[in-house]
Amino acid sequence: MTAQPNHDGAPLAHLPLDALHRSLGARMAPFAGYDMPLQYASGIVSETLHTRQKAGVFDVSHMGQAILAGAGAARALESLTPGDLVGLAPGRMRYTQLLNEKGGVSDDLMVTRLPGVEERLLIVVNASRKADDFALIRERLPQFDFIPLNRALIALQGPRAAAVLGALLPGAEDLPFMSWRAFEESVSSFFVSRSGYTGEDGFEISMRADRAELFVKALLDNDGVAPAGLGARDALRLEAGLPLYGHDLDETTDPVEAGLSWSIGKRRRAEGGFPGFERIDAALRNGPPRLRVGLLPQTKAPVREGAILVSQSGEVAGHVTSGGFSPTLQRPIAMGYVAREYAAPGVSLATELRGNRIGVDVAPLPFVAHRYFKA
Amino acid sequence: MTMLRFTRDHEYLRLDGDVATIGISDYAQAQLGDIVFVDLPKIGKKVTKGSELAVVESVKAASEVYAPVTGEVVEVNAELGEKPALVNDDPLAGGWLVKLRLENAGEVETLMDEGAYAGFVKTL
Repeated sequence: MTAQPNHDGAPLAHLPLDALHRSLGARMAPFAGYDMPLQYASGIVSETLHTRQKAGVFDVSHMGQAILAGAGAARALESLTPGDLVGLAPGRMRYTQLLNEKGGVSDDLMVTRLPGVEERLLIVVNASRKADDFALIRERLPQFDFIPLNRALIALQGPRAAAVLGALLPGAEDLPFMSWRAFEESVSSFFVSRSGYTGEDGFEISMRADRAELFVKALLDNDGVAPAGLGARDALRLEAGLPLYGHDLDETTDPVEAGLSWSIGKRRRAEGGFPGFERIDAALRNGPPRLRVGLLPQTKAPVREGAILVSQSGEVAGHVTSGGFSPTLQRPIAMGYVAREYAAPGVSLATELRGNRIGVDVAPLPFVAHRYFKA
Repeated sequence: MTMLRFTRDHEYLRLDGDVATIGISDYAQAQLGDIVFVDLPKIGKKVTKGSELAVVESVKAASEVYAPVTGEVVEVNAELGEKPALVNDDPLAGGWLVKLRLENAGEVETLMDEGAYAGFVKTL
């Protein structure tokens, strides 16, 4: 059997909840420089289904959290992203991307305008990119205070999430989707946002690292709440059609071809003023040359990242950027980029898997309908 | 009497006469997690010791299964087509993968017995 891949030997950082994960039977694996829980005893399929049916608790403390503060911070951060950040009301959040000079995505992130008179933006970025992101923001926006937060971050996702969190932090259950609130507690505050990356209703809760174990134990004390690892998180986001940085997004992909045009505000489209505006403006007006699509392999075997897609006539049509098995649909699913002429749902493509030709149909995203909270 | 042997790559082999039943160890299935697809060879295929015999796909990744010995595929576990999770649930019995007719019975002696394999796994 193939050996499990080893990391490159660099020392791994440990999560504040490392001991709890191990006591819960987690299988740990290196990811983005962290020793992360890949799965617990029940396994990825069970954790994925449990999150869709009840609620899963994910430790995402490896992600980068920071505050950018100072008058004009939102306007300034718009010089690096295409999102409408100036238009963010206090306590509201948006998904956007840090762009390189060519309009390629150097990371995707959540930006929250914190309540209060002072202009403060809370940003959450990918673990694998946070060192570069933080250096970029410091370098490009030196006139603002930039404060990395060394806090734990826990995602509680699934249909039971609101009732469970509301019992611990009354009022959390009423938070609108994509909004944020601090819940004062005796020692330190919990930052709660109604958001996540699973397609389910749910929350992300940031707290002081030394408070995290007690909090997660309180979550897990509830019926229907179970720990879920990175493996389930990846399956859930793929089912939900959500792109993952380093796989479906990278420095070569622009937000339009990635299917993220919805995250580019109307004012920003008109005014520009973000890196790579020329490319993104052209893609918005004319359609991008290639598009991120859903893919349904016509086989029981998963088709994985890197597989080349060809048309009926044998032309290279694109490639797979994320592929795996959907626990919810009990079948292989994938995402990838295809040239625009092949991007319509229903188009039949093919790939080669271990010497066999496998049909792959273009499919609409998401594979599993989103169930975000609508007040 | 049947005899159970293991490779350092976590395949097992159960010898019954000159036919070896091959699968992956309990340790291996636990490491892989939920198995969702098994790609089995065609009956009649000849494999040499150490060559690719099958592919086991978990939710996360595809893992090759290597032939512990040289031989010819005489049977595959067709039940895995509908129930790949048998490899997780019962790796040493219902979750077997392939039956090989041995070409060189001496190769079996190069594999670890149960005690040696249990000791090997403890070092991982």
